This record gives sequence, structure tokens and C-alpha cells, in this order.
Amino acid sequence: MKQVNDSLLKVVDLKKYFSIAKGMVRREITYVRAVDEVSFDIDHEKTLGLVGESGCGKTTVGRTIIRLLDPTSGQILFSDDHQQTDIAQLKSRQLREMRRNMQIVFQDPQSSLNPRRTVRDTIAEPLQILEGLKGERLEIRVLELLEDVGLNPEHAQRYPHEFSGGQRQRIGVARAIAVNPKLVILDEPTSSLDVSVQAQILNLLLELQREHHMSYLFISHDLSVIRHMCDRVAVMYLGQIMEAGDIKEVFRDARHPYTRALLSSIPVPDPGKKRQHIILEGTVPNAINPPSGCRFHTRCPFAKSICSTQEPREYTAGQGHRVKCHFPDLQFD
Amino acid sequence: MPLLDIQDLKTYFFTEDGVVQAVDGVSFDIEPGQKVGLVGESGCGKSVTALSIMRLVPDPPGRIVEGKVLFQGRNLLDLNKEEMRRIRGASISMIFQDPMTSLNPVFTVGSQIDEAIQLHQGLEPVEAREKTIEMLNLVRIPNPDGVVEEYPHELSGGMRQRCMIAMALSCRPKLLIADEPTTALDVTIEAQILDLMDDLNDRLNTALLLITHDMGVIAEMCEKVAVMYAGTIVEMADVRTLFNDPQHPYTIGLLSSIPSIDIGREDLKIIPGAVPDLINPPSGCRFHPRCAFAKGICKRERPELVQVGNGHYVACHR
Repeated sequence: MKQVNDSLLKVVDLKKYFSIAKGMVRREITYVRAVDEVSFDIDHEKTLGLVGESGCGKTTVGRTIIRLLDPTSGQILFSDDHQQTDIAQLKSRQLREMRRNMQIVFQDPQSSLNPRRTVRDTIAEPLQILEGLKGERLEIRVLELLEDVGLNPEHAQRYPHEFSGGQRQRIGVARAIAVNPKLVILDEPTSSLDVSVQAQILNLLLELQREHHMSYLFISHDLSVIRHMCDRVAVMYLGQIMEAGDIKEVFRDARHPYTRALLSSIPVPDPGKKRQHIILEGTVPNAINPPSGCRFHTRCPFAKSICSTQEPREYTAGQGHRVKCHFPDLQFD
Repeated sequence: MPLLDIQDLKTYFFTEDGVVQAVDGVSFDIEPGQKVGLVGESGCGKSVTALSIMRLVPDPPGRIVEGKVLFQGRNLLDLNKEEMRRIRGASISMIFQDPMTSLNPVFTVGSQIDEAIQLHQGLEPVEAREKTIEMLNLVRIPNPDGVVEEYPHELSGGMRQRCMIAMALSCRPKLLIADEPTTALDVTIEAQILDLMDDLNDRLNTALLLITHDMGVIAEMCEKVAVMYAGTIVEMADVRTLFNDPQHPYTIGLLSSIPSIDIGREDLKIIPGAVPDLINPPSGCRFHPRCAFAKGICKRERPELVQVGNGHYVACHR
């Protein structure tokens, strides 16, 4: 009998390489190592935050998990009703069945909603395809969902352009939760919104999670939003997880120099606090030829010679708190 | 005398759908060397205010219909095109959110900065190039001799923004207007650029008008802040007063809707509703439909910006 683990989703050594043809005859192939051996768990009804700067691979992780992209290698184990499925191995029909369990909300509600479809049609589609609902039951369900996300019944017959950014994101959320998924991937769901509207959407997401018992993978570059929404966090840099752990512990006792630098870079809305920035030099290197050894060593203010030659293993810094650094006990400042 | 004194500025856009009152009676001033923030959500008129100062509002459909923009005592709105050109880039310069769209993709970075220097300072090409390299050094670009020969697409976002700052400061302007200068950048790069701008303000004593939606950036960078909502300034104060003792319900709501990095997973206090349409803005106080404290007078009369403390102004009937 297969051992069933406690987590809803267990990702093991996930890799996603994108190939690029180079040279005159386009035969020389190089790879962008967008996601390189990433492992993490998402627990039932909990939220894991995936945070990092542009190009770190966080969006690719999200899209690979629900198989909008096919993984290069690795396991994506989904546990449901004492059954474990490796999503990485599923073929198209089983995959469609699996999508009832996993849905995604995209960053830009403008481009992720079909402009020629009414809100009713957008929300009804997953219900028709995945749940086989029709007739009056379908219409009632659509209205329920609109109410769940704070929209009115009269919005059903309108088109996306008639809505503000925040309302459009509500439509995207309604579509995602329509089939009662166990896991929702939220890919920068509030990054294109103003702060007052962002607050409305974040509150809505927390409320829906409590009511519908969902797990979230919350992808964002904004550490304050991650802190607000998540139970656990994984910090990505150049396709790898540098540090992961309980949200409070990581924010209080970050061990990786990259996490420390990220945390110290956030502009804090409190003029009384004198900022002590760890200013990182340079920019994120290219993922085609990532630096040798530790991928962060080219920007790390504490790098030693071992960092450029040897890839660090993962150290345990506490309960469920892991750090990919040669010097996890380094004292800062 | 303040360096810049804006009095009752009104900039409208005359569109097919009606008149958009994008900036509707804005007044504030900036002292020499002072760092002033203009904060608000999209569509509040903060960028149009900046473009009005630079006289860069696209006309048609936009037009400055009323007000004064006094720069060193001279009303910029009275200047002719040629006089205004001499001000732009030399006395007041501006940097934008997306450095890629403000740099010309077919010329090297060096030649674009050279051009600005030659135009405003009348230097020979060789001297201008020396000055360009000096400026790139000043904005901490590694290897400036190499970077001058590169095209904008060869540089990262942070490097491009550094080049824009180098160009903007090359003629030692008295005022730098920065419109969301770090919004397109990652947080570690944002920290680099803010640190640089702060340092340059100290060293060159260039006054700064920083336009942003990010209260964190305001708190770190500015001495004085004006909060805009729907084309008007609703509150203005020195930065500590604004954050510690906000008076306008919009400022209070805006501050409490920011997720904090210290406390998590509690519902955020929210401002209900959305920003109004500026073709038919709400009567009276433009914030009243979203305000928890709105009374009868708020619907009828527009509140004036009144002083409630030392340098602290609020436009509210409360």
C-alpha cells in the first residue's frame, strides 16, 4: 500500500528547463534553467507563499504544478481522499479530471478574461465542462459565486471591459473557485491593483479560504503581502529555493543572506524607522548560465571562496525551516 | 521664497465623453533642496500635476485651464515654447517609471546623455563625453567607459534608471521630478535606486518631487507629503505628522490598507468602493461616497484645505 503523506501537495525535485536553439542552423541547444530542483509541501487549508524577484522562476513553478507547462523532471504529488496522484505523469484526460482540484488566478485580469464573453459565460464554463452542470442549477450556481466574490447578480450579463481592475480580479477568483478546488494557485493576484483595492481582494481571499477550506499557493514579489497572507514561505532565487519555513520564523529569524537583503529592502511605511538596508550590488544573473557553486554568491555580501565552487546543501535551521547556504549560522550586522 | 510654488492648478482633458477634471485646484510648494512626495492611487492626478509643471500635458485633449506654476518666482505658464525648452532639462528635469520608453532604443546611452549636455551647456562633443562619464560615475554605474557605448536594451532595468538619473542631473537642475521611478524595479534594485537618489539629493542639493503610490517609498524618502484623491489634495504635512497623526479619512484608510510585514493574517481595514469617474466627480467632497464619516455638508460643499497644525493641512468638513 502506498504511504499517504499529510500534505495536500508535495513537490519533489521539480525541474523545468526551457530550450533555446542557437547558432546558424539553430541546432545548438542551450537551456534556461527556470526551475532547478525545487521541493516544497502545501498543507491542507494552508497557504504557502512563493516569493522572489522577476525571473526567479516563481511563476514557472505555479504553471508547472497545474501542468500549463510540462515539467522537465520531478514529482508533483497530490493527495486526495487517501489517494496519491503524481500530476507530473498524468495524460490529458486524467489531467482534465485533476483540474477540478486545482485552479489558478492570474496577475492581469484584463488579459486572462475573454473580452467577448459575459461574466456569466466565463464563470459557467468550468461548471459545464468539469461538473456537467446545466439549466437552472448552473444559473443558480453562477449567481451564488458572484455573491461569494462580492459582485451583484446584474453583473452576470456584462463584459469584462465594463469592470474596474478589482472587480475583474473578483471575476477571475469566481471562475477559479467555481469547481470547489482543493488548491488555488494565486499568481501575483493583486500586483496590478491599487493598494485600497488590493486590501479588498486580500480580505476576500482570506474569507473564501476559511469558508471553502482551500489551500493556496500564493506567488508574489511583495513581501508585505506574503507576510499578510501566508502560513509558510519559500524564497526563490534563480530557479532555486534559498530558504523556506514558517512565515513568522523566516521573517523574524531569516538565515539566508538573500532573504535578509530582501527583507531589509522593503520600504516600510513608518518614517520613524531608520532603514538599515543591506544593499545588494548588481542584478540577478542570467538563468542560462547560472553562477557556479551557490547561485547567489555573485551578489552575496558575505561570500567566501567555497561559495563560488561548491553548491551548498540544505541545512535545517529549525522545525521545517531550511536554508540553502554554506553559513546558515552566520551573524549579520 | 519657495523654489516651486503651485497655486490653484487646474488641468482638464477635453474628451469625446466629456471634460475629465484630472487636476482640480491643486496648490503646494517646494523649498530649495526639499524632498516632497505626491502620493495617491491611479487616476488621482499626481502624474498630470507633474506633467503640468513641465508643460508636457498632451494638448489636445489636455489643457491647463487655471492656476500658476511659479518657479523661482516666474510663472512657467506664461513662458513661450522656446523659454520653456530652456527650463526643461536645465532647471527642472524629470524621470519616468519605465526607463526603456524614455530612452531612444537606436542611440547609445552615451550619445543621448551627450546630447542633453551639449544642448543645455553648449559644450563641445569631447567635453560633453567627459561630463557624461563623470555623471555615470556619480550614479555609480560600474565601468562607465564601456556603458556609454551600449544601447538601452543591453542594460538591466536598474542600470537604465541610473542612466536616466544621470541624464536628468547632468545639467545640475534645481528640481528633479521623479514619477514612480522605482515602480518597475525589483525590490533589491529599488533599494539601490532610492539610496542613490537620497545621496544625490544630499550632495547636489537638488529638490525632489517624488510621485508614487507607495507609502513605504514616501516614508523613506520625503520630508513633506501631499496626498491626492480624485484630482485634489486632501491632506498635506511633514512626513512624520502624516504617518503618525493622519487626519483625513482617506489618508487614514490608505495607511491602514497596507499589509504590514510585522503582523500577518488579519483582515485589513478597507476603504469600500472604487475611485470615482472624473468626468462626473461626486459633488462636494469627492471622497464622500466612500467616507465612513460623511455628513450632509460633505455632499454639498467642497472642503477647503485648512491648516490644523504646524504645516499640517486637511481638506475635510470634520
